[in-house]
Amino acid sequence: MASNLRHVTAPLVENNPVTLQILGICSALAVTTSLSTALVMSLALTAVLCIASATISLIRNHIPNVIRLIVQIIIIASLVIVIDELLQAYAFEISRQLSIFVGLIVTNCLVMGRAEAFAMRNPVWPSVLDGLGNGLGYSLVLIIVGSIRELLGAGTLLGYTILTPASQGGWFVPLGLMQLAPSAFFIIGLLVWAIRSHWVGQVETPKFSLKLQRSRG
Amino acid sequence: MTDLLITAIFHENLALTFFLGVCTFLAVSERLETAFGLGLAIIVVQTITIPVNNLILNGFLVEGAWAWLGLPDVDLTFLKLIAFIGVIAAMVQILEMTLDRFAPVLYRALGIFLPLITVNCAVLGGSLFMAERQYEFVQSVVFGFGSGAGWALAIVAFAAIRERLKYSDMPAGLQGLGSAFLVTGLMSLGFSAFAGVGS
Repeated sequence: MASNLRHVTAPLVENNPVTLQILGICSALAVTTSLSTALVMSLALTAVLCIASATISLIRNHIPNVIRLIVQIIIIASLVIVIDELLQAYAFEISRQLSIFVGLIVTNCLVMGRAEAFAMRNPVWPSVLDGLGNGLGYSLVLIIVGSIRELLGAGTLLGYTILTPASQGGWFVPLGLMQLAPSAFFIIGLLVWAIRSHWVGQVETPKFSLKLQRSRG
Repeated sequence: MTDLLITAIFHENLALTFFLGVCTFLAVSERLETAFGLGLAIIVVQTITIPVNNLILNGFLVEGAWAWLGLPDVDLTFLKLIAFIGVIAAMVQILEMTLDRFAPVLYRALGIFLPLITVNCAVLGGSLFMAERQYEFVQSVVFGFGSGAGWALAIVAFAAIRERLKYSDMPAGLQGLGSAFLVTGLMSLGFSAFAGVGS
């Protein structure tokens, strides 16, 4: 049981899919202008990831190796269509804001990557837990970035005013940059820096060292 | 049309404004040559798949497309995801075989990147944008080429910066992924300065 639990806890920070495995970055950056879209996207992706891992793991011994990618894509695409229709039916406003990014879960490398790397080789239960853990790790990054961007960009969280903006008599001047694309890159970059300063083992070794030149000069 | 082209290349750049294909963008930008090859492949694939998907969407999937069969109420738009991804995978496969047969030099240059493109979200994203913005056929050709060219421009510029970047002395935690994100952010900031051009 402890080893199973490991599948859920490891991807949260130590082996985070976004900041370490470089999977699923596209959507992580695009849907984080506000916390509510980030939450909905996290839920959608975690659901797809768990169900896809379970399904693929269940039929893993019957998938011919040559066409496994096509089988995986079809399973994932069908799940995404269901999620997309559900969102359009019950959360139309959020679905409009997420625009094409729900559909893009199909090509999200996180789902494909876990299916290929884990679900194809492991029994159902660990695969579901692995899907859940990676989904939660992805959600964690989305929620952090989404909160920062919404709080500093509009002074609100989930639509409730936290910092009263100057236009309504408060002291806070919203940072317009936070609502634009570049800030998402900056925040994730700084997040990666923070994580790697704490877990030093994740630091990438430089491809070119300056030490040699320094000792000579 | 020129407006659409310029907007697609600069201001609404797929990689830097909509974050499409960023995974590949970060993974395949260590060297300028490979980045150039991948950029070229993306231009070709975008210019072909977006118009083809446009024809399929308007010919088979939208509401009323089956009116000539006496089925005016059939609306298959929900199938667009599977249809698009199928078209992209098939097109990439056909392109790969055609290049192998008729342009072996180009095939060897692009070969390893072509399968990667099937799961690149920039390609599927381009087709989904085409569907969402309801482009006509000619517009879809222009948008396909423009968005591909914009993505290629971004990755070539980014790879060039990254080649210099590896000689820089930066904090250990920023090495690699961290600095790549910050540089992409700065590039994105630069590209957003094109906002007024062409509109």
